[in-house]
Order: sequence, then structure tokens, then C-alpha cells
Amino acid sequence: MATITFHHEGADDDVVEVPEGTSIMRAAVTNGVAGIVGECGGQAMCATCHIYVRDEYLDALPPISDDEEEMLECATAPVLDDRSRLGCQIKLGGGLTTVEVDVPASQV
Amino acid sequence: MGEQRVVIVGGGQAGVQVADSLRSAGATGPITIVADEAPVPYQRPPLSKDYMAKGGDPAPLPLRGGDFFAERDIALHTGRAVVAIDREAREVDLADGSRIPYDALVLATGARNRDLKVPGSDLDGVLGLRTLEDAERLRSVVETARRVVVVGAGFIGLEFAAAARSHDIEVTVLEFAERPMGRALTPAMSDWFATAHGNIGVNLRLGEAIATIEGAEGHVTHVTSTRGHTYPADVVVMGVGVVPATELALQAGLEVDNGIAVDAHLQTSDPHIWAVGDCVSFPSGHAGARVRLESVQNATDQARHVAQMILGEERSPYGAVPWFWSNQGPYRLQIVGLVGPGMTSVVRGDPDANKFSVFVFDGDKLAAVESVNSPADHMAARRLLESGRGLTPQQAGDPAFDLKAYSRGA
Repeated sequence: MATITFHHEGADDDVVEVPEGTSIMRAAVTNGVAGIVGECGGQAMCATCHIYVRDEYLDALPPISDDEEEMLECATAPVLDDRSRLGCQIKLGGGLTTVEVDVPASQV
Repeated sequence: MGEQRVVIVGGGQAGVQVADSLRSAGATGPITIVADEAPVPYQRPPLSKDYMAKGGDPAPLPLRGGDFFAERDIALHTGRAVVAIDREAREVDLADGSRIPYDALVLATGARNRDLKVPGSDLDGVLGLRTLEDAERLRSVVETARRVVVVGAGFIGLEFAAAARSHDIEVTVLEFAERPMGRALTPAMSDWFATAHGNIGVNLRLGEAIATIEGAEGHVTHVTSTRGHTYPADVVVMGVGVVPATELALQAGLEVDNGIAVDAHLQTSDPHIWAVGDCVSFPSGHAGARVRLESVQNATDQARHVAQMILGEERSPYGAVPWFWSNQGPYRLQIVGLVGPGMTSVVRGDPDANKFSVFVFDGDKLAAVESVNSPADHMAARRLLESGRGLTPQQAGDPAFDLKAYSRGA
């Protein structure tokens, strides 16, 4: 199992346990985490699962693809270098069994 | 306005979004979703793509998870059908005899697969793909099937064909028209996809329709085409398009015209009834005509618009720029705008490298952009069409022209 902590501005954290291989987007959507929409179903097509990964976990992330980078540019919330990712493109497992992310104030 | 009783018929992307947007905007009255499908509302697009592909996740993705509906005090009735609308009493009748009153009614009834009757289409192993139930059945068959015939080279048929190839299944696609996805794409893009599917081993047969399905002991064994060819098949997938679910609207005496007819604000011919998503035909400023669109973007943007209309916070007509996507194996297709007849095309990028876009012009006005594996072009085109900023065919075709910077107003 893997653990994801979703931090929200001005609201309680959501801590979600998921099987390894689960994406951050799927974990959020399945568990009803506010602020992550996943409108395209995880195809890196809509940028509505934008999250900010906390610094201490950045080294364990899979590299960002060109597609993901392009789609991030149309995210509603400001894009932060390195920390901004699409939740659908990050699967838990391997060297990443715990992660903490901040959820942007708005996705659409 | 926020205390109105809202009833939503349909638990797909559009129906759920209406409820979500109403509550998010502070609506306090009762909100009820009545959905005829039994499962908790789920996302349809992955069903013909990731869900079906080798290594894909077999768990369906919910539209909203956890306690979303309970927490927001949205009454969700799944597996229950609305059978009639009593417009005078402003109530909907359910199949079990119960009635639910409304101040505002939203029809988000979606579409269903077109039922193509050919000899043998009732044999076991002849399947459609739209609902989760369809997808679960098909997925279990795909794991053991060796040969599949797909009828229809539309988006769903070709997405499934590409997914089936990832399981090393022999795939034949029969398409009566001369081009795949011909209703939605430019000839240039459609022709490129015909070749591209050949490159991943799909046997795409154009200008060739299904004639009969043959079977043994009640189960399909092969398909015969209108050209007299025979294709062995363990499974036949029917992907011949959808029809809008307009029965309720017709029964209630609402206007129907290739879908539930709404005005520019998405209101039906009854001011208490709205309609959103795949079931709707609406006057589109982008098309300059009445259109019916089948996409997530259309469903969710229309839903947000209607929620605002119900709350009295929106007065302008619905005008979101339409966009679509389709993942077909290694090919990621993104489209923004609507392609019409008589338009001209300019290619940008390298089709031979599977990375290019077709810019479509109506006269000298940018009307649509189709992109393969080029999300930067797609996003730039979305910005251009949303802002109304012009682009010339010369700019589109010039590889040295900085499209991204230009689309951002630079």
C-alpha cells in the first residue's frame, strides 16, 4: 500500500491509502478528495488534476513528459517549476510509497 | 433562486456536473439525480481506451468519489428510470410509481448505441460498447479472444481496435464509408489515420460494410461483408454510432430535432426544463447551425452553464469552444473547433513522425485544429479560438512562426 497526503488551503488534510500502481488522480477521485477533478479520466488531456508535489518528494517522481508539460500550461492555477504535475501521470509504487501534495484552489 | 427544487435525469458527466455546480454555487434547495444505470456514476471515456488496453486498470473511475453526493446533500437514485414528465404538475414519474416534484428539471439523458440489425446480430459474442456493463463484458472476452471484427470506423470503434491490438488480437474494422471518422475529421486527418491504423496492424477495410454475421451453436464464428469477403471472429464489436435519448422529451411534447431542441441558453420549449450533453441539439455560434455534440467538454460546459442559468447568475448564451480527444493506441488526437464542409487545410509539423496538426480555415478564418501527439498546438489553438484572435494560413504553415507565443498575445 502507499499513502498520499492531500493538503488543502484552509481545510483539513486528506490522507488516502491506495494500492501501489494507483495514480494520484485516481486516488483523489475515488476517495472524493476536493479540488481534483480528473475530467478526462486520466488521459493527460484536461489538466484538471493539477497538484503541487512537496519538495522532499520531487526526486522520487517519474520524469515529466512533453505532453504533460504542455497540458500543465493550460492549468487554471499558477504553474510552479518542478512542483506542478498532473496527478494522473504519477503512479505510486517503487521509490514513491508516500507523497504529500498541495491541491490548487481552482482547477476549472 | 437558490432554494428551487432541481431534478436531474441522467447520471453521466453532464447530469453530475449540474448537481456539483449548483451546490458549489450555493444552491440550497433539494437536488435529485435519477439515473437509470445501476452503478455509481462513472467516467465513460476510459472504457474504450485505458480500461480495455493491456495493462489498463480494470477498476472503473467514478465521476465523483467517496461521500461526494451525501456530503453535498445530493439525492442520488441509481438504477431507477424516469418514465414520464408531468409538465403541468411539474413532477417526474418513476418506473416504481413514485413522483418527484421540481421547479427546474434538467434532462441529461445522454445517448445510446445505434442498433444495427443485420442477420446474426443477435448471436452471442456480438457486443456494443458504451456502458460499464458493456465494457466489463467486452473486457472479459478480450482476454481470450484471438480475432475481432469491429463494425464502424468511428472514434469508439477505432479506440477499441487499437486497444485490442495491444492484446495481440487480430483486428478487422469494416467501414462502409471511404474514410475513417469521416463525419468529424478533415480528409487529410482521416486519411492519415487510415494509414496509421494499418501501421499498428489493424486491418481497416474501407468502403466495405457488414452483410451478415454467421455463427455456430448460437455463438458468432465469422462475418461476411458486402464485398463478399469472410472474416473469422470470436467477437464482433458494433460501433456504428449513437442516437440521442429523446423518448422522455418526445413523450412530454418538447421539441426534438436530432436531439432535445434547446435555445441558445440551453432551455427547452418549456421554460422550467433544460437539457445538457449528448442528448441536446443547440444553436452553435461556432458551427453557425444547430448541432449535437458528443463529448466530455460539451457535457460539462453545458452543465455549468445551465447551473448558472437556474441560479439566475447567467444571462448570456452558451458559447464554449468545443474540443474533443481520442486516444487510439500510440496516437493522441485532440480537436478544437468544428470542421465543416468546404473548408481548407494547412498542415503544420511532420505527419511521417506521427506528430503534426491540421489547421482548418473557413475562408481565411481559423475554424478548427486537429492535432496528433501535439498538445502544444492544441492548447495554442484553444487559446486562439477562445480569444477570437486571428491566424493566417501562412502563419499556421510556417514552422518558424512561434505559435505558442502568438496565442498568448505576444
